[in-house]
Amino acid sequence: MSFWEYANPKRFMALSGASLPWLTALTALVLGVGLIWGFFFTPDDFRQGSTVKIIYIHVPSAFIAINAWLMMLVTSLVWLIRRHHVSVLAARAAAPIGLAMTAIGLITGAVWGQPMWGTWWEWDPRLTSFLILGLFYLGYIALWEAIDDADTAADLTSVLCIVGSVFAVLSRYAILFWNQGLHQGASLSLDKEENVHDVFAYPLWTCIIGFVLLFVTLVLLRTRTEIRARRVKALIARERMA
Amino acid sequence: MPDLGTYAVPVLSAYGATGVIIALLIWASWRRGRKVRQELHALEGRRKDA
Amino acid sequence: MIALLIRDLRLAIRTGGGFGLGLAFFLIIAVLVPFGVGPDSAILGRIAPGILWVGALLSCLLSLDRIFALDFEDGSLDLLATAPIPLEGLVGIKAVSHWLTTGLPLTLAAPVLALLLSLPEAAYPWLIASLLIGTPALSFIGAFGASLTVGIKRGGLLLSLLVLPLYVPTLIFGAETIRRGAEGLATATPLIMLGAITLGTLAVLPFASAAAIRVNLR
Repeated sequence: MSFWEYANPKRFMALSGASLPWLTALTALVLGVGLIWGFFFTPDDFRQGSTVKIIYIHVPSAFIAINAWLMMLVTSLVWLIRRHHVSVLAARAAAPIGLAMTAIGLITGAVWGQPMWGTWWEWDPRLTSFLILGLFYLGYIALWEAIDDADTAADLTSVLCIVGSVFAVLSRYAILFWNQGLHQGASLSLDKEENVHDVFAYPLWTCIIGFVLLFVTLVLLRTRTEIRARRVKALIARERMA
Repeated sequence: MPDLGTYAVPVLSAYGATGVIIALLIWASWRRGRKVRQELHALEGRRKDA
Repeated sequence: MIALLIRDLRLAIRTGGGFGLGLAFFLIIAVLVPFGVGPDSAILGRIAPGILWVGALLSCLLSLDRIFALDFEDGSLDLLATAPIPLEGLVGIKAVSHWLTTGLPLTLAAPVLALLLSLPEAAYPWLIASLLIGTPALSFIGAFGASLTVGIKRGGLLLSLLVLPLYVPTLIFGAETIRRGAEGLATATPLIMLGAITLGTLAVLPFASAAAIRVNLR
């Protein structure tokens, strides 16, 4: 059975319905373990004191915020090419989650930055690009809300997502050019030297996985709702014609 | 509660804000899901009767 | 295609909305900012590149929703879509027409407004160069946004939300060109990047815009 079988709404509903309880439990478990481990059982950092504990929510949320958009890009392409409704509805479902994660990333970043850098905000490349990402999410969601016809909305938002992605990459480089930043470089790559120390890294990875599970669970839940909402619209339209 | 020292306010605000946003997200998703589910149930019930 | 261009230009100038409005808005911004920021010419001079570019950007935004909306409402867009001219070409014409009636006049008016904002003398040629090269991108990106929102009633605000983030690269390189020019630094890099973005949008966005219009005409 190929992966595309799940593009069939009925199959998708069946599979997601069956797996959702398990996913929810797993999410709660992993996220709970990660956060409790990080918050209660890790030491303070030499330079950052207890604010290092913010890493367990800041990094995972930022990670999801960026990857949610990538997921939306892929599912939008799938919609445009193969016309699977489940795909584009999943993109629609993911957007508010991505936006929420962007908000969390920005807020936790600001709250962490104040005691550490002495400022709530800096126009540093990472923060700035992240803020622009939030605007892209807003535009995508707004466009869905503004259009009545479901398929038209699906097509237009997908085109927006793709064009937006190109400009997001362009903006990233433009912003790098515009300002060389103060935000720490990548600290979780496998070969970098300025890696986060192990004692922080393990709970951090647990939290990242927990956030990923949270994202998947919520996307499945919301996509089910979108599929049902689409059916509701179809039934109402049919009633009106009868 | 570990001793957060002078950074108690930032750390707790960060966790607090995150908790609120995620809770809102989950609650809103759940609520919309329930509403749509009930709507669909009602409509499909009407179809069966008709 | 030329006939189409002339028709659009005539419409824009005649109804008055597109043509004078953008310029007037640009002037207003150049006048309002000093009121907001204070009359210190040193400060104004430093932020002038940004103000001029943001002003140009916002002024372009004003007349964007008219590009397709008028034709959409009276059905001419349907006719044009089925005409022998490819829809991509039509989008290009509309964008060029928008540039001729908005971006180009802004570019020509900018040096005068730069006087109000105490832009350093060295920056003037770069002001004109960056606006000349960058404003076509604003029109083509704007046309893309307009094609997405053409079917939406009062979609002007949504259009702004969609288009403004797409303007960021052009804005950054455009303003940076002027700023570097003002300080006597090398302007080649941002200017080339600006040109590359403009050429890229000219080449690619008409296809995305045409696709969006086809979706909206279904």
